[in-house]
Amino acid sequence: MAQTTFEEISASDFFYRNRDIAGFSNPSRAIFVAIREIVENALDAAESHKIPPDIYVRLSFEGEATKDTQIYKLRIEDNGSGIQPRFIPSAFGQVLYGSKYKLKQTRGTFGLGGKMALLYGQITTHQAAQVTSSTGNQNKIYSFKLMIDIQHNRPIILDRKVLINKDNWRGTIIEFTLEGDYLRAMPKILDYFKQTAMVNPYANLTFVDPKGRLYKWTRVTTEMPDPPRETLPHPYGVDVEMLQRLIHITTDTTMTDFLKHHFHRVGGITAQKFLEFSGLNPTKNPKKLSHEEIVKLTQNLKKFKDFLPPDASCLSPLGEELLRAGIQKELQPEYLVVHQRKPSTYAGHPFIVEVGIAYGGGVPKTGGFVLYRFANRIPLLYDEASDVSYRVINSMNWRRYKVSPDMPIAIVVHICSTKVPYKTVGKEFIADRAEVRREVANELREVSRQLGHFLTRREHVDKEKKRLTIFAKYLPRIAQFSATLAGKEKIPDIEKLLKSVQKYGAEDE
Amino acid sequence: MAQKMNKTKIAEKRQEVINTLKTFGAKIYDQLEQGVFPTINMPSRSTDNINYDPKTRQYILGEKVVSRSARNIRHVKPFTQLAWAAMFSNELTTQRKTSTLRDVYYSAQAYEMTFTDQQESNNIITDLETITGFSREDFSIFPEERSAIFGDLNIEYTVPGYEGKTLNLTSHPDGVLIGPALTSAAFGSTTADKVIAIEKGALFTRFIEEKVYSKHKALLISCGGQAPRQTRSFIRRLHDELNLPVYILTDGDPWGMHIAQVIISGSTNAAHLRELNTPDAVWSGVWATDIVNYKLPTDPLDEVDIKRLYELQRDPRYQTDPVWQREIKMFLKIKRKAEQEAFSRYGLTYIVDEYLPTKLSGKK
Repeated sequence: MAQTTFEEISASDFFYRNRDIAGFSNPSRAIFVAIREIVENALDAAESHKIPPDIYVRLSFEGEATKDTQIYKLRIEDNGSGIQPRFIPSAFGQVLYGSKYKLKQTRGTFGLGGKMALLYGQITTHQAAQVTSSTGNQNKIYSFKLMIDIQHNRPIILDRKVLINKDNWRGTIIEFTLEGDYLRAMPKILDYFKQTAMVNPYANLTFVDPKGRLYKWTRVTTEMPDPPRETLPHPYGVDVEMLQRLIHITTDTTMTDFLKHHFHRVGGITAQKFLEFSGLNPTKNPKKLSHEEIVKLTQNLKKFKDFLPPDASCLSPLGEELLRAGIQKELQPEYLVVHQRKPSTYAGHPFIVEVGIAYGGGVPKTGGFVLYRFANRIPLLYDEASDVSYRVINSMNWRRYKVSPDMPIAIVVHICSTKVPYKTVGKEFIADRAEVRREVANELREVSRQLGHFLTRREHVDKEKKRLTIFAKYLPRIAQFSATLAGKEKIPDIEKLLKSVQKYGAEDE
Repeated sequence: MAQKMNKTKIAEKRQEVINTLKTFGAKIYDQLEQGVFPTINMPSRSTDNINYDPKTRQYILGEKVVSRSARNIRHVKPFTQLAWAAMFSNELTTQRKTSTLRDVYYSAQAYEMTFTDQQESNNIITDLETITGFSREDFSIFPEERSAIFGDLNIEYTVPGYEGKTLNLTSHPDGVLIGPALTSAAFGSTTADKVIAIEKGALFTRFIEEKVYSKHKALLISCGGQAPRQTRSFIRRLHDELNLPVYILTDGDPWGMHIAQVIISGSTNAAHLRELNTPDAVWSGVWATDIVNYKLPTDPLDEVDIKRLYELQRDPRYQTDPVWQREIKMFLKIKRKAEQEAFSRYGLTYIVDEYLPTKLSGKK
């Protein structure tokens, strides 16, 4: 009988064995996800310092791998904050190490994606990655040649160079090889850039594909949304594990102080009321709480009704102006209306829904609505039919807004939150949660109403124009034919009649 | 002498048509000159305004009048088309050219007056007929379908290039087309004492071969199914101008019966026009009672035939002569129908030698 053995595996080993979870499920998907993850990190790095991002992506062909896959070299340059040299090896060579473990709105969730891309590159091509960065403060550029020690989740530094930063460059360059199938991935990758450009109208994106084709998305503004602020956890969103960690790090010695200092929107009075509600002594030292008491406390935090809702200062929505600029630039619609709703919450997590609806112009006619979904400024490109927005759109009564699916209409839904309610790790679609659904629905109704008004108005104007065209076309002919028939030389003047039609519009219908 | 009067009448009518069209044009022109939107009134052709007039023994339009105004967005296009059609007809009539309904449809395109379809252009021509009271043949617009005539009648052409030329209508063994040239011709001498209108071309040919025109002193007309308007008005002229009685021979079924009825009483579609019908013409057969009396080979009546018979039974045109109701009842009783050719079971000449003389003797 075989003996069961237990062994501990490292975080990188875990993801090596379960790379499907992070989206690296097949060669075409892998290449798309690799680009997406690193571009997102690059955008975050620029935005956090309010620098309008300049991102350059180059994918070049290196050689054949198998019948259907090729080896590519991926190079991504940004002008973001840069990384201090001492953090570079861990930031890129150690899974679950990163700057995204605080509560604020970021694109990534765990700081996992970028490293997964490098890890995937390493296991498919067995080559090291090159990471070059400068924070711009020093006059030096640091460049590392790295691999990941999968078993021990550690970076292996193969080479380290220090260069003189003559031009005061700031940013990060990542270059590594990976196996993939670009031809298959191409439509998704181009969609991804286009849609990223739509919600990042202040970014310059450049992409050079393996055939040498250059794609460019140019910024239309240097205005950027305020970067999100870090925030304390809201009582509704806390679990036992987090509560234990907070107790571990606190220096407060009373429950009142502990609640006041470690939770979002909890002040003296709320803390006092809550402690009364849960029957805890306000002067009790939190470090003295028993495990049972901590579990009870967590439950009561969720039960207590009088906590103030989280405020949205930790969120960084795009704002109506930027959303409008982005959609305008990528779709060039004939009519566009955008709207942002007030912040709302689900399970203690604040979120904001922003919506745009675009009609005509460059919006393609597809026989249905074109839906662009975004979460924290990331385009969501897969599993559209499972997304809450898709469901809301399908359940709406569009006729009420004079809208029919054969019209060229694009709908843009952007949800930002400290914790986007994704249904899966792959960041593909938003779960159908009642709170989110309600906000999306209300928002869509708002913009649809405005679109409806526009369509009604335009129909009216069109009708009026058509009317005038008809009179302008036929009256001169009646004049001409009747003159010929009556044998008259002079053709009657019909200008006055035409003018009267213009003036008294619809009286004869 | 009679011939001369005849020719003058034709020229006079043409002038009358031209004057009416010009007056119509002047009416629109004057309204425009006064700075108002031109409006025209005409009798309504909707079914509730079509009544049977026992006096003229045909359908006529009632009192209801519709108004077309260039002020109305839905009227301005048909109004323009109407003005164009009047101008075009005037040009045709003045220059003594002829045209067809199809031709009108295409000619309009030269004036960027595109009609949506043939039906639309036909409707406009019907409007023009209603307004002026003349039929389209009077404005030199003819339908495509043609029927033929054969028999001893001398005619004198009035069409340009043929003025004064004469023709005897027995000259061509296939018959002579009843087209614009013939309908505008003046009638001369004839030995015929009757007109026989025949539904089908085959029997018409048989009658020519069997010399019915001389045996029975008849002018033979092939209707080619439902007789075209110009043929109907031509039959009327033969009756009115030459004082000839008219007999109609059709298939023995509701459709044949109605072909005869339209020659006699006119159609609802032409209720706005006069003198297309010949109220004194007689339907001579094939009757339902003939089917019984002559034991003709028959086919059963189908559902559509029977439905049609019930419709005809209620039609006011069928209330005038008791023969109609008697025959409808008989058809409904025997539930059979017979074609004109059915007489061939008694030999090729039977219909001419036996049936026809009996029928022409007017026996009911």
